[in-house]
Amino acid sequence: MGTRRTTSFYVLSFIFAAFLLFLYGPMFCVYLLSFQGPDGGMSFPMRGFSTVWFETLFTAGGRGVGDIHNSFIRSLRLGAIVALLTMLIGVAVGMSFRRRYPGGNFVFYSAIISMIVPGIFVGFGISLTLNMLGMRPQWWYSGIGAQLTWSLPFAMLIMFIILGRMDKAFEEAATDLGATSFQRFQYVILPLILPGVVGMFMAGFTSSYEEAARAGLNIGTGNTMPMELTGLLGAATTPVMFAVGTLTTLFMFTLVIATLLFSTTLTKRRQLRLSSQHA
Amino acid sequence: MTTYVSPRAASWLQAAPFALIMTCLVLIPLGIIVVVSFMDFGFAEIIPEFYLGNWQDVLRSSLTIDTYVTVFRQLAYVWTITLVLGFTISYYLIFHIRSNIWRAIFLAACAIPFWTSGPIRMISWVPLLGREGLVNQALMGAGLIDQPISWLLYSEFSVIVVYVNMLTMAMAGPIANSMAKISPSVIQAAWDQGATEWQTIVEVIIPLIKPGFVVGTIFIITAVMGDGFLVRAMSGNQVNTPAVAIMNEINAFQFPPAAAKSVVLLVVVLTMVGLLLRFVDIRKELAR
Repeated sequence: MGTRRTTSFYVLSFIFAAFLLFLYGPMFCVYLLSFQGPDGGMSFPMRGFSTVWFETLFTAGGRGVGDIHNSFIRSLRLGAIVALLTMLIGVAVGMSFRRRYPGGNFVFYSAIISMIVPGIFVGFGISLTLNMLGMRPQWWYSGIGAQLTWSLPFAMLIMFIILGRMDKAFEEAATDLGATSFQRFQYVILPLILPGVVGMFMAGFTSSYEEAARAGLNIGTGNTMPMELTGLLGAATTPVMFAVGTLTTLFMFTLVIATLLFSTTLTKRRQLRLSSQHA
Repeated sequence: MTTYVSPRAASWLQAAPFALIMTCLVLIPLGIIVVVSFMDFGFAEIIPEFYLGNWQDVLRSSLTIDTYVTVFRQLAYVWTITLVLGFTISYYLIFHIRSNIWRAIFLAACAIPFWTSGPIRMISWVPLLGREGLVNQALMGAGLIDQPISWLLYSEFSVIVVYVNMLTMAMAGPIANSMAKISPSVIQAAWDQGATEWQTIVEVIIPLIKPGFVVGTIFIITAVMGDGFLVRAMSGNQVNTPAVAIMNEINAFQFPPAAAKSVVLLVVVLTMVGLLLRFVDIRKELAR
């Protein structure tokens, strides 16, 4: 604030640095301890460096790792399907709000309710409903459904933001040139919002890959990652849990960075095309 | 040869999948919880007969009061800490960091730790707070204590620490969003009138960030009131909150009593959120 650095700037910088330490400190412990030597335990000091805990994880006789491999595959599969559905349904509902329509308030507030009701109730309610209908939970309907109740409201909000920021002039030009509403969507709106739609896919994936409160009771047989890890928390006695942590973080990093790159490439390419046309 | 669809019908078609999912998987299930709370139960089964026993148990039990006292105490701690910390961080990033690039980098730095999965972030506190953890080692090394402090881990303390670790950004995000909308000329005007930095914060910034504050508070309330996993893991099953009680009953297949407890907790949470929403037009806030 103002033009010169005040004392408050230095005080606040210190607080912010301390906060980052508070956020990162524990995680660096995880990464470091996952390379603990074969005789090391779950806390410091490090007794040598080794990759033995990663090997334990990947060899068949891994002690104390439960069913991590399969739950990872399940989480991946579930996350990908939920992300795809989130993207499609999210774009559709976002487009619907570009006009006022009867029932719009109902749709909007049902999403708000879904966001503010603690997840455990949504999950419990779905499993009770299945129970009353005499059905058993299965990952491909109640599992996916439960995740959608969490990812879709966020997709709707993301659509609000990206459609709100869109320059309406392009669309009006297309209308003036006689484009039908489908052509308008295909050639004007979709290319404009594409980076945001990719972001929505990503948000759908990460939220459902991570989510346990809603899905927990509705997955049926076979855990997903967060459930498997929660189950292992109490039983963990070796750094093998930390190896899992390091690997899943690495996976997430790769995924998010790849998406960001893809998204910026889309934006850049569009800007290049636009500027070359204007030149 | 496109067939004509009226704008209203087009909107309905576009919103239909979303509305269907929200109705069938959120609204109806929440209704079913209420219905089941009035039913009798046997071992792992729901008996569809009207029964008030679940409700009598919930409302008469002193355990109910105890769990609510515990969760409200946790909420008070977590809310206060995340609010002060979240406000400070947002204020620093929005008003003290002048370069847009650095602001983006700092914001990203705050977000990156959340790419590590939740249970792993919880377990990452064990090597720090445990009896042989870094904190105890450091305190003993500094000669401040003779023997390890045992209440650092598997206690209400570790529950609060992990909540703050996980939720501060949920509070800081909406507050920073509100702060970013404050026009720099407003701040400049206060500055020109000779307001000190503290006066500007109290009389200009705080009144203008009400929406962000409300949204952040709602995130904290739903997260703390509705969580059972974190409390169970970080307290080593020693702290009992309403959500933990519900999870325990669900795990024991006692669905109707769990449903009655759920309705109580749901009413408490929704009342709190409803009161907060009276102070801010959520729809207007989100559309901008």
